[in-house]
Order: sequence, then C-alpha cells, then structure tokens
Amino acid sequence: MIKIDNLHKSFGKLEVLKGINTAIKDGEVVAIIGPSGSGKSTFLRCLNLLERPTMGQIWIGDSEVTDNKTNIMKVRENVGMVFQHFHLFPHKTVLGNLTYAPMKVKGLSKAEAESQGRELLKKVGLSDKENEYPNRLSGGQKQRVAIARALAMNPEVMLFDEPTSALDPEMVKEVLEVMKSLAHTGMTMAIVTHEMGFAREVADRVLFLDGGNLLENTAPEEFFTNPKSQRARDFLEKVL
Amino acid sequence: MNLDFERIMPSLPFILEGIPMTLQVVAAAALLGFVLGTILSLLKISRIKPLNWLADFYTSIFRGTPLVLQLMLIYFGSPQVFGVQIEAYTAAFLSFGLNSAAYISEIIRGGILAVDKGQQEAALALGVPYRSMMTNIILPQALKNILPALMNEFISLTKESAVVTVIGLSDIMRRSYIVGGETYKFFEPILFAGLIYYVMVMILTLIGKAIERRMRRSD
Repeated sequence: MIKIDNLHKSFGKLEVLKGINTAIKDGEVVAIIGPSGSGKSTFLRCLNLLERPTMGQIWIGDSEVTDNKTNIMKVRENVGMVFQHFHLFPHKTVLGNLTYAPMKVKGLSKAEAESQGRELLKKVGLSDKENEYPNRLSGGQKQRVAIARALAMNPEVMLFDEPTSALDPEMVKEVLEVMKSLAHTGMTMAIVTHEMGFAREVADRVLFLDGGNLLENTAPEEFFTNPKSQRARDFLEKVL
Repeated sequence: MNLDFERIMPSLPFILEGIPMTLQVVAAAALLGFVLGTILSLLKISRIKPLNWLADFYTSIFRGTPLVLQLMLIYFGSPQVFGVQIEAYTAAFLSFGLNSAAYISEIIRGGILAVDKGQQEAALALGVPYRSMMTNIILPQALKNILPALMNEFISLTKESAVVTVIGLSDIMRRSYIVGGETYKFFEPILFAGLIYYVMVMILTLIGKAIERRMRRSD
C-alpha cells in the first residue's frame, strides 16, 4: 500500500506538484495521465525519492519514505522503476544488467542471480539475448530488459515512467504485453502513460493530473466516458 | 652532416640500462596519478562544498607551477621539511604522480559528467549504494570515453620524466648526457635517447589502442 499525503514539489520558483492526496492499494494498477508539464513524471519520481518532495508525506508499506530516518536505499530495493529511455547499463550484457543489483544489493550468488535472470528473460521473451550488449537491441527489447532488470530485485511495487514513449510504434505492443501480464500477476503498478487504450484496459484506476493538481481519481470507464472536470474533457477530446 | 655512432657504440648498453629507471618512475607516477586523480575527481563532483574547494585548490597548485619546480621543491626541500633527504627516485615519482593527479582529475571529472544522468538514476532506483554505483556503473563508462585523453597524459608523463635529469636520477636522458660528456659527442647519444623515447611512446600507443578496442566491445 502506498499512501501519498499532501505532496508538494517545487523546482526553484516553479511549483510542479500542488498537494496530491491519494493511495494505491496492494495489487492495484494505477494509470497516471495528463498533459505534458502536468507533473505526472515528477509525481512518480517522488515515490522512490528520485525527487525529494518539498512538503508532504509518502508511505510505502510501513515505512515513511519522506522521513529522513528511513533508509531510502532499502525502500528502493522494494520499488522497481522503468524509465522512458531505458537506462540499461551499456557496458554490461543483458544478463549482466539483470544480475548486477541482486548480487550487489541483495547478496545473491552469481549462480542464483543468473538462474533468476534467465527465468525473467524467458518471461519477457528474450532468452536468446542474454549475452548481447544493450546497444544491439531494439527499443522494445531494451525496455523489456529494463522491466526484467527491475523485476530481478523482486519488488513489491513497480513504477513506469512513460515506458513506451521513446519507442517506434511497432514496438509499443510488445512492451505493453509484458506489462499487462505483469499486472495479471497482482503486481502493484503506477504507470505514467499516454497509451489511453492500455490505461482503459489494464488500469484499475486513473489519476488525471493537470498543473500539479490531481483533478480526477476514478475508475477508467468513468474517466474515459464521463470525466468530471472540464480540463479532463478537453484533454480527452484532443487525445482520443 | 657527419654522424659518428661508432664512437658511442660501446656506451649504448649504458644508455639502454636507463630504461628500467624511466619505466619505474613513469609506472609509479601513473599509478599514483590515476588513483589520486580519481579520488580528486570524486571530491570535485561531491555535493560537499569544502571538498570541492580542497580538490580545486590542489589542482590549481599543481597546474599553476612548473613540473620541474615541483620536482626540485620535493627533492631539495625534503631535508628541511621532513628532516631526511628522500631518494631521487622517490622525489621523481612523487612529483610526477602528484602533478599528474591534478590533470587526470580534470579528465576523469569531465568523463563522469558526460555519462548520462539516467545511469545514476537507474542504479539508485535499484537500491545500489553510491560507492558501488560509482565503481561499477559510472566510472567504467567514464573511463571508456576518456581513454584517449588518459593515454595522452601517460604519454606526456613518459616523455616529461626526462626532467629527472636535474636531480641526478640516472634515467635514459641522464645517461645519454653522461655519454655525451665522456665522448665529447652529444648529438649521437641524445639522438639515440630520442629513439628510445619514441619507441616507448609507440608501444604505449599500441597498448592504449588495444585497451580501447576491448572496451568498445559493447558498442
């Protein structure tokens, strides 16, 4: 369970998040939608403290991540993150990308980490690529490796920051398929996305952000067919 | 032009015997320079301001004065500062190493800054501690990019090591000068020393290229 209470974030004078309150239940898949500059990526990045909130509190499970006494590295072990631009380690092979953190952070043996890594590669359909370097992969393959890398830490929560926005159109589907099957395993997921069809189909709930405010917090059907705010209606008119 | 290598022929082995001394000084200085340079570069990118100042001050001192002056300060100053006369070899590799660290720290700092910020975020998001992130993720990528600049530094270190002559260390340069004094022929032995330096630099260049090829495997 993630609880977000009165979350504010400013960059200098620019106030990006203006007090977000919501919670994400265990096993829930939440799509975070909104126009660019609405603060959705910042919101996501606050959850694992890649950005430090200016004000407000965030709990993940029992630990308050915004408390200075909390060991944030321990929290991050439990929160996987997938980035728009993958950020795979280019000097490590695909399997090396998957085994590095489990060995370094969790102290898994090389054999354990590799067998787990191969298992995950099978799940994302890239078993034949374990010895390739990331630069030899297509965008869709890279993102599937990045998802597998995050899963290798056995996280309880997965954050996705526009996972398909940097992909060629024909590669979007393979990544969304992997995410869909992940959602079916009961993983708690927060996904910043522009894929409205995916959000509608897979998400349990939609958060609509605009100008740093949470304007809609509702079931996908409700959001896409009957949005409350004028801003959401305008937005949907443009993207659908 | 009349070149007479015959006269200095018997002295060529004497000059060649200076190679190990030159190599020892260069290797020790390169190691010291690289390790200290890496530490300085990390201080420079640290968020703790006094550490930035410390590293910047260090760099300004060693870049702001001539190498040969630093060498002489360390060698001739040691009895007054430490109460003992340190050996010429120690003074040589210390001054070269400390000097080189200043330049190498700037090279490495540039290399670290050029690594995509996302790499750091990806490592942090996986719960990787700062130290491991630097040694396993950021520095290897930085090193790959700065390898040519680093090789430049080692090459110039090899050649600049010839200034140890001024504190009497019997390296290649010094020995060729001695041979010149003994035979009253300076041109030939110094020409020969030049050849030795050139060959050493060529070998270094080849090693650098081999390392670069190895590191480009992931491209």
